[in-house]
Amino acid sequence: MVIAAVSTVAFAALAWWAVTSTPGWSRVQFSFLDGATFASAWPRVIEGLWLNVRVLLVAAVGVAVVSTVLSALRTLRGPVFFPVRALVRGYTDLFRGMPLIIVLYLVGFGVPGLGLGIPRLPAEFWGTIALVLTYSAYVSEVIRAGIDAVHPSQRLAARSLGLSHAKTLRLVVFPQALRKVTPALMNDFVSMQKDVGLISVLGAVDAVRAAQIETATAANFTPYVLAGLLFVLLALPTIWLTDWLSARLRRREQAGSVV
Amino acid sequence: MPVTPAALGPETVLRLEGVRKSFGDTVVLDGIDLDVARDEVVALIGASGSGKSTLLRTVNLLEQIDDGRIVLGDDDITDPRVRVDAVRARIGVVFQHFNLFPHLTVLDNVALASRHVLRQPKAAANERALEVLTRVGLGDKAGAYPDRLSGGQQQRVAIARALAPRPAVLLLDEITSALDPELVGEVLDLVRTLKEVGTTILMATHEMAFARDVADRVVFLDRGRIAEQGPPAQLFTAPREVRTQEFLTRFTAH
Repeated sequence: MVIAAVSTVAFAALAWWAVTSTPGWSRVQFSFLDGATFASAWPRVIEGLWLNVRVLLVAAVGVAVVSTVLSALRTLRGPVFFPVRALVRGYTDLFRGMPLIIVLYLVGFGVPGLGLGIPRLPAEFWGTIALVLTYSAYVSEVIRAGIDAVHPSQRLAARSLGLSHAKTLRLVVFPQALRKVTPALMNDFVSMQKDVGLISVLGAVDAVRAAQIETATAANFTPYVLAGLLFVLLALPTIWLTDWLSARLRRREQAGSVV
Repeated sequence: MPVTPAALGPETVLRLEGVRKSFGDTVVLDGIDLDVARDEVVALIGASGSGKSTLLRTVNLLEQIDDGRIVLGDDDITDPRVRVDAVRARIGVVFQHFNLFPHLTVLDNVALASRHVLRQPKAAANERALEVLTRVGLGDKAGAYPDRLSGGQQQRVAIARALAPRPAVLLLDEITSALDPELVGEVLDLVRTLKEVGTTILMATHEMAFARDVADRVVFLDRGRIAEQGPPAQLFTAPREVRTQEFLTRFTAH
């Protein structure tokens, strides 16, 4: 413990000295870490970040709903449901392969441009739709993997009690499946926390867009660093929670107990 | 359930008539006729692959039969118009590997069918669950999760789960085969208790001593047919069929 602390302090001091004594340090400091620009960019960037947070929360709920429905549809057995299964499969294949930025362009600029009498909606609305479309494809696959990992005898036992297919999924399969894939789902959430910044390409004034505007005004890159740091701060709790959950899950498995 | 009227007498709970089932070219059940009376304990014995488990699965409608019919109480449950989930709610099943739900407490495992199939209020379902758990001697484990219990205790919970909705018949599928030898006794004792209080049981078993001890009737299955049946005292000591003699000799030799 003591050794680790001493070693860390010594190492940090060495690193600090090495970085600050490089010839370009003052240029880097001026361009990326300028205090005055930081302060003047702060209100706008933080306001933009609030938009990111709102979009993230709405999109997360949307993804949860859509991907749960999709993964439930894929559990339907029998030849009658083949078209449904095939459709879901096609959807997940398409949107897992398609770059998010293309989905954003198609949904955010393409759909309103169709002239179908859709009322004018803000860019963040279309951005949220695009995020839900893309991430539901990933997340439904993760949930499906979780469903596959629940032993078939669990479904058998539930059906034997007289539970319907839907109730078996809701009461027996989903709770176990979600537990098995929680770390993977959290990783997707972290990934979405970052990608929510991409709605700026549609013109939504989020943290990234605000930083862009501030950077252009100040001719200094500090606002981007600020926005970047804020995104990291936003993601850290989730990242730590994911790590903690994964570790706990691993310990439980090694202890030989059923999760 | 208004389906084909097929009323059995008051004494008969379950009747199989000419039940046939094949998987591809393999005939697994080749014309089974079997009655189970109220509060009767019927043991199915026979070699692996003789059709014991498949027979239980057809009764619980987990396998569709190719021919014949199965009557439970007043209903032909093999009628295609029958509501499968409603039929299953009237039949309790206990599996070899317990198949308890690991994410639910013992109490919730046992109360699940009462709440979500019979749609009882939560309080009533829990009360019933606790009552059954107490009966199997595990009332104090209601709040525990299944992975905290021994194999024998888990199987007793599984029996409680099957009993909670008051099924007309209890199907036991090799319920001691996955247990360590020292845990078999407590489960068999429980089945014995169930018999004493009056429970209709159809069970597949490898435990010959147990079948002999607890069953009212033993049914020997061989290649998908009932080769011989009778009271255990007769079937085990003086089997009439050569195949039964061979099976019993092989079984006691091992």
